[in-house]
Amino acid sequence: MEAPLLHLALVGTPNSGKTSLFNALTGSRQKVANYPGVTVERKEGSFVTPLGRQVSLVDLPGTYSLRGRSPDEEITRDIVLGRTPGEALPDLVLCVADSTNLRLTIRLLLELKSTGRPLMLVLNMFDIATRRGVTVDVPRLSQALGVPVVTSIAVRKGGTAELLRRTDELIAAQVPHPVQPNLWQPLTVAQLRATQREADRIIAATISLPTRPDTWTARIDAVVLHPVAGLAILALILFVMFQAVFAWAQPLMELLASAFGALGQLVHDTMPAGLVQSFLQNGVISGVGSVIVFLPQIIIIFLFILLLEDFGYMARAAFLMDPIMGGAGLHGRAFIPLLSSFACAIPGIMATRVIDNRRDRLTTILIAPLMTCSARIPVYTLIISAFIPARQVWGFVSLQGLVMFGLYATGIASALGVSFLVKFFMWRDYAPAPFMLELPDYKMPRPRSIAIGVYTRAMMFLQRAGTTIFSMMVLIWFLASFPRPPAGATDPAINYSLAAMIGKALEPLLAPVGFNWQIAVALIPGMAAREVAVAALGTVYAIEGGKEAAEQIGQLLATKWSLATALSLLAWYIFAPQCASTLAVIRRETGSWTWMWVTFGYMFALAYAASFATYNIAMALGAG
Amino acid sequence: MTEPNGAHPQLPSAMPLDAPLDASLGIPIGIPLGLAKRGYSGVIQHLAAGNAGSALSADELESRLIELGFVEGARVEVLHEGIVGRDPIAVRVENVTIAVRRREAMAIIVA
Repeated sequence: MEAPLLHLALVGTPNSGKTSLFNALTGSRQKVANYPGVTVERKEGSFVTPLGRQVSLVDLPGTYSLRGRSPDEEITRDIVLGRTPGEALPDLVLCVADSTNLRLTIRLLLELKSTGRPLMLVLNMFDIATRRGVTVDVPRLSQALGVPVVTSIAVRKGGTAELLRRTDELIAAQVPHPVQPNLWQPLTVAQLRATQREADRIIAATISLPTRPDTWTARIDAVVLHPVAGLAILALILFVMFQAVFAWAQPLMELLASAFGALGQLVHDTMPAGLVQSFLQNGVISGVGSVIVFLPQIIIIFLFILLLEDFGYMARAAFLMDPIMGGAGLHGRAFIPLLSSFACAIPGIMATRVIDNRRDRLTTILIAPLMTCSARIPVYTLIISAFIPARQVWGFVSLQGLVMFGLYATGIASALGVSFLVKFFMWRDYAPAPFMLELPDYKMPRPRSIAIGVYTRAMMFLQRAGTTIFSMMVLIWFLASFPRPPAGATDPAINYSLAAMIGKALEPLLAPVGFNWQIAVALIPGMAAREVAVAALGTVYAIEGGKEAAEQIGQLLATKWSLATALSLLAWYIFAPQCASTLAVIRRETGSWTWMWVTFGYMFALAYAASFATYNIAMALGAG
Repeated sequence: MTEPNGAHPQLPSAMPLDAPLDASLGIPIGIPLGLAKRGYSGVIQHLAAGNAGSALSADELESRLIELGFVEGARVEVLHEGIVGRDPIAVRVENVTIAVRRREAMAIIVA
């Protein structure tokens, strides 16, 4: 008889190295989804124990206690208590601790004990602790806690061997499960205090701590958290990040672009002229290709975010930004969701769940889409490289990179402005919720963990390119190709198409901001996913201009648009009224249609106003 | 079960924040951590969450402080201060560093 699937759950405080342990145990065998009804990320992976048991492992959201004061923490509590329908009650709960910092985890472990679930304490990052002079009497600790304790070094090959071996032993010893009653109840303040004291007592008896704290963290923090130097470093990091996105990715992007160009040419040469050839070359290859080209940039953005997160810098950034965010009426914790929004507003909005106050959370959700998401990079890149000369200013800064930085800065400034107005007009009487955040010791980022993280995101992007974006491209190609031009027509074929009709109908509305009907056509699918606008422009102009135009959209645009129009489109995209998936997430996260429409409405108004101003100022300055 | 004010059960629960208690009364002088400067180090005497003026209820604030390791007897040191109004502060609590705003740190009485 085959042994049933084992269910293990990882529980731990934030920064306990839970995610790197999860990555070490499951490798790339991971599934990321949502818990039903809520948008808390559900990470599940699988592995096989040395004795051959199939294990399903869930990585539960980090928490300091089982009180469940945010939706994330409620998930952790409910799964450990077996209250979530459709989720297995864990056969074994692995409580993960950062070995250099056991105080808070041991308190959590004492609380977990009352749930009656079989437990094991995993002393993770044990190598770092040893190096720092922390010595743990593991057998005594295990005896004092009344639960098995293992050490692990998630980042080292074989560093989880003991954990796996003990898991097998525990499972073997527990068949059938001893029935332990669940005695857990929300702790009162006095009980919390008592458990922390108990934890401190156990630590004093079993663990000897080094007399001096981690000197590296202290030294780095002396600079990084310095009121002046710290902010300068933060600005520098963001600046380097955007220069990197623009400059480092370029060779790879050119490589990808020429590969897709060659593929399109191949199709063009080998297939008979006609609808099928046009569909494959203009619709599929040039459309999907023009989006996939941006994969290097998305990888670089996520690489930076994950590296900073792993290193421990993100919490410092939140600390530095708290007064500034606070001035704009935001919570310091909003910094991390907002920073994630640079990659994509969807994970950003989902990450607002770390903010437990509803009003703070709503404000953050409202402004998250103003952060320049990676989907806007294709649009920016295209227009900047077509219209902004590639030269250096002040001898060392790329002008194109500078414009890119300016676009990001405008997005951030307007986000802070909107937040300030929201707070001022809507929630004047409301006192800000507290900012309390652990600043973890710095750690060397773990290449394998980072690689898995970047890989997961890159796959998500490609999946989107393969599904949403592909279907939009087919639709645009269809709209741009039908009806066919009448026999003997002299104008380009697209002028007779459905796309042209829709674009021309919208043109009067968009003429004051300098957009022509081709842009109007591209903006419509751009709402399904912003980056589609680039591909759509490619399709519209490629079809219009004949086959040879398909490759160099940028060069083509430079001849078709005035500088004022280009700048106006850049301004439009700072506010870019929403991609449909962002709106859907806002609807789901806020639980109301109202907030979704409020977001859509205010962003549309801002986009129109900004474009109108940009276009008219540029025209007045002679950029027409 | 230990008393909430364990070490100093005689402390009044509504201690005025601006007036350190008189040592001659036999009560230890304590100041709120929220008033401490960078470089200050001391030991937590008790928590007075009701006095902090936080947006949270006293119980909730106290629970969160305890969960982050702020309990009586813990050694604390103010490591860093923010830019505007020297807020927030980064506090070393035993061997963990926690960032809090001064408003919430008013609930932590140290000496």
